[in-house]
Amino acid sequence: MEISLTVNGTEHTTDVPDNSLLVEIIRERLNLTGTHVGCDTSQCGACTIHMDGRSVKSCTVLAGQADGADITTIEGIGTVDALHPMQEAFRENHALQCGFCTPGMIMSAIDLVENGKPLDERSVREGLEGNLCRCTGYHNIVKAVLDAQDKM
Amino acid sequence: MYRFNYHKPDDMDAAQQMMADAEDGVYLSGGMTLIPTLKARLASPTDVIDLSGLALSGIELADDSLTIGALTLHSEVAAGNEISSLSNLALAIGDAQVRNRGTIGGSIANSDPGADYPAAVVALGATINTTAGAIDADDFFQGLFETALKPGAIVTSVTFPLPVRAAYEKFPNPASRYAVVGVMVAETNGGVRVGVTGAGPCAYRQRNFEQALADNFSVAALDGLEVDYAEFNSDIHASAEYRGHLVGVMARRAVAQIT
Amino acid sequence: MTSETGIGAAVKRKEDARFITGAGHYTDDINQPGQLYAVFVRSMYPRAEIRSIDVSSALAMEGVVAAYTGADLAADEIGDLPCGWMVKSKDGSDMIQPPHPPVAVSVVNYVGEPYAMVVAETLQAARDGAEAVTADFNELPVVVDLASAHGADQIHEAAPGNQCYDWELGDREATDAAFASADHVTSLDIVNNRLIPNAMEPRAAVGMYEAATGNYTLYTTSQNPHLERLILAAFVNVAAESKLRVVSPDVGGGFGSKIFVYAEETAVIWAAGKLARAIKWRADRSESFLADAHGRDHLTKAELALKADGTFVGLRVKTVANMGAYLSLFASSVPTYLYGTLLAGQYRTPAIYVEVQSVFTNTAPVDAYRGAGRPEATYVVERLVETAARELGKDPADIRRLNFIQPEDFPYETPVALTYDTGDYDASLKKAIELIGYDGFAERKASSEANGKKRGIGFSCYIEACGLAPSQVALSLGAGVGLFESAEVRVDVTGSVSVMTGCHSHGQGHETTFAQIVSDKLGIPFENVDVVHGDTGRSDYGLGTYGSRSLVVGGSAIVKATDKVIAKSRKIAAHMLESTEENVDFEEGTFSVTDSNQSITFPEVAFSAYVPGNYPLDELEPGLSEKAFYDPENFTYPAGAHICEVEVDPETGKVEIVNFVAVDDFGEIINPMIVAGQVHGGLAQGIGQALLEHAIYDESGQLVTGSYMDYTMPRADDMPNFVVDTTVTPCTHNPLGAKGCGEAGAIGSTAAVMNALTDALGVVDVPMPATPETVWRAMEGE
Repeated sequence: MEISLTVNGTEHTTDVPDNSLLVEIIRERLNLTGTHVGCDTSQCGACTIHMDGRSVKSCTVLAGQADGADITTIEGIGTVDALHPMQEAFRENHALQCGFCTPGMIMSAIDLVENGKPLDERSVREGLEGNLCRCTGYHNIVKAVLDAQDKM
Repeated sequence: MYRFNYHKPDDMDAAQQMMADAEDGVYLSGGMTLIPTLKARLASPTDVIDLSGLALSGIELADDSLTIGALTLHSEVAAGNEISSLSNLALAIGDAQVRNRGTIGGSIANSDPGADYPAAVVALGATINTTAGAIDADDFFQGLFETALKPGAIVTSVTFPLPVRAAYEKFPNPASRYAVVGVMVAETNGGVRVGVTGAGPCAYRQRNFEQALADNFSVAALDGLEVDYAEFNSDIHASAEYRGHLVGVMARRAVAQIT
Repeated sequence: MTSETGIGAAVKRKEDARFITGAGHYTDDINQPGQLYAVFVRSMYPRAEIRSIDVSSALAMEGVVAAYTGADLAADEIGDLPCGWMVKSKDGSDMIQPPHPPVAVSVVNYVGEPYAMVVAETLQAARDGAEAVTADFNELPVVVDLASAHGADQIHEAAPGNQCYDWELGDREATDAAFASADHVTSLDIVNNRLIPNAMEPRAAVGMYEAATGNYTLYTTSQNPHLERLILAAFVNVAAESKLRVVSPDVGGGFGSKIFVYAEETAVIWAAGKLARAIKWRADRSESFLADAHGRDHLTKAELALKADGTFVGLRVKTVANMGAYLSLFASSVPTYLYGTLLAGQYRTPAIYVEVQSVFTNTAPVDAYRGAGRPEATYVVERLVETAARELGKDPADIRRLNFIQPEDFPYETPVALTYDTGDYDASLKKAIELIGYDGFAERKASSEANGKKRGIGFSCYIEACGLAPSQVALSLGAGVGLFESAEVRVDVTGSVSVMTGCHSHGQGHETTFAQIVSDKLGIPFENVDVVHGDTGRSDYGLGTYGSRSLVVGGSAIVKATDKVIAKSRKIAAHMLESTEENVDFEEGTFSVTDSNQSITFPEVAFSAYVPGNYPLDELEPGLSEKAFYDPENFTYPAGAHICEVEVDPETGKVEIVNFVAVDDFGEIINPMIVAGQVHGGLAQGIGQALLEHAIYDESGQLVTGSYMDYTMPRADDMPNFVVDTTVTPCTHNPLGAKGCGEAGAIGSTAAVMNALTDALGVVDVPMPATPETVWRAMEGE
């Protein structure tokens, strides 16, 4: 089937099998490999992207469900020379180690700051419930999100 | 995933016709349960009928009730409405990303034993509106992943009578974050109702708690009351006995919230 | 000039720019033209004889290119997956190493063991093909329970009683005598729960073969690509070492689980050769649960003998360790040389005796997971010490101080084969006690009780042996390879520097830390140093990243190579300045002639090295690139004190960590920001073991915790805000004075949590993980 979607500001029309997942389109059709796949049960959050402005797990969205959607991936929020404040805060606070969960974590954190109430340590921890990290113990991630909140 | 045909009808009749035409069709709402099931190849429908094109989203307040469209997202319910206990419950579902995709209609139609919404449906005495008529909360949940929803019918909305007071307490599964036990206690115009999810095969009313609270709406009224856990779920996270214990603890905490 | 980026500075990481922008390159991000996809067919039975496998239906399916079974690999003389460490039993006999074909041939021994592989044009076709493979199995009796595995139905023909080895260390007679004369004996039965490492990136491989040259290239998620190549070449017979390039690109965490050579990449690279096409495989998470090596899984009877005043006089430990169905690469060494040797802990216990029986079961292979043996040893020692203190009515800090090895005792030879070089254990304990506010605990406990909560405090003073390893020691104890590390410091014509290391970085930040060392020593900008790792085609050799070895062994090799660069540069500078080497000083990137104003910068020397206009070629070779191999003299001994405070909800049994302090002595620190991050991550894994994580097989041998729906991973809201700090006693035998920091968090924390929990509940023991129901039952007195 043919679907059209806007990804990081560019419209794409592509023919995909009916049983494709959004994450497969992002990674394999559009070669945006910053969005990762870390589990099969919609738990780890490594594949988190923004769909029409809200964080969703792209491994749990069918291609057809994304038809017409406005998608933003990690590649669409900032560049090395012009980082998003959340990206900057992750680097400044050593909020990443192996980097695998990082794109999903950053996309979740941006939604958390942009669309929620003012955050404190506890609410950041609860707000990131949908993203697993095995490296950092979350300590510096929490610091980074609180830091970014002041700058966004 | 196995191969299937994907459909996205834009009206109710078309959706039902597609289901009727399908060899083995399944409706897709938010997909938070269905898509992982498909990915694990635990289901092999021939046709997936996506309901997201239907106009079934939104929260409407009437004099004495709140009607929530079946496609309303958990995050939309969590954002706040006239039934604060329902907002709190929605905020406790899954995680942020799940709440941004999951819908109330999907949750209720699926009747997962660990889903949160069924506790509210039962406790608030809601009516489930479907394309094949309205179903009373007490009749809707029939067992593990079993409801009174007629084959091919679609949940269109859920009408919650406004309670006098209500509160939800959840003990989450530490791994999946589904409810090990979730209890909503509500004082409604039809009396006190206690809805329990997570503990048994499907959501149910804890009648002995209701009677005790009807006589005396206080935490103390629940002291010493038995919970029959013989038919409860048991897994590595919680035995039936422990679930039985938690029903009492969560109910007392819910009552404490609103007394 | 280097103060902001040199040794000791909290430099922001070079790696981060690519990771925060989504520009990292993990194995699954790599695609090759015309690539095929592999899917493995895995056993649903924990133990069964394979009567026949039929791949004909799979081969007939659209898009399926090939379907292979273990017999196909065997026909090509692909060898077994080896275990690289020979452990001998008490009677001197060799451990039993049963056959471990990469793809099962005649028998399957755990759920998830691969017995066929389907290769297809698309992943969908490969999955469909894998489902179409049929097999006739004859189910056999299953051995799952660790306690009864010895003597249960025999799994491997070669292993009577399912025993791999029965090992001992220490002086049995002296220990028995100590117990006979003791005033008090504290005994515990301890279960060290089985864990699944769960690096966030699932394992993956892309195999390629070029028929015209016979060259193989394997991209894979390995912590040690050179070791992977060595084993695939020397033991598995995939290709000659010179014909096989192994690349570990960005790797999303390892924690031990990516040290080992697994079935999947072996079969993928072999099949790439067969088909002369690129083949990709990526594990689904469910496959990771089933087929990654698991960790821990010990049953232990432990006894500590004391004098009435609390002085330790003897320690006796008897452990049964689960190896799973086959011996994974380093499995045999984990419950022996990385466990028994650590049982002295930080204490002067004069007599120690440990016996370890390792057994086979019908479960996934068990091998090193963060800490590997040392968390298990720390758990035994620190649970015993805390329990003994309670039994004797002593303060848990005081009893530790009474028994600490003192600073003047170093070097200290333990009764279990190690010689600690240095340490100041009381310094760490003292700092931890201050940071947690031990004096105020009683008040906090009273306040918790007023709020209907139980509160407890627990200590853990751990030691670890890191920096694996002195080759001479390792080889004498049965290791199959030396455990040195290599480095090359290659200075470019313009003075920029490439540093090649054999230590792969998969989160540790080597690209930053190693650049700090080299830029500091050469006096050149940090930005001008690039660290190259993870590619057998670009660095000479290396043993990889595990056992907190990268900095202390790999970093020391880099120091050695850098020193050679400086020595050569001094020679060149002397020539250029028309002086002698002895009269040339080197400081902050400038060579100057003693007692003169003549000087020349490092980049000028580098340029000269490649533009050697007037070199006396018989004395001075052009070029500026130096290699070094560093073999440590001893292990390093990081140590520290962790203190945990928990609150327990008495109605639900839910445990919350309300305070956690970790004070560690890692010797000299290159980048304190990275070190703190390593500790945080380790703490989360240690706390996860205590409260959340558990790999469970049911009686029939099925893995119950096969997804994140059931295996409880620590999430942000499970973790406290950590307080971490350090003390420093420099390592005495490596040029950096560093000890390593990668595993400490996971080693020390688990016992601290469980000591705090048992304190809160007033019970001797609670099994791990202390889930709410487990704690609730403990409170109910069950």
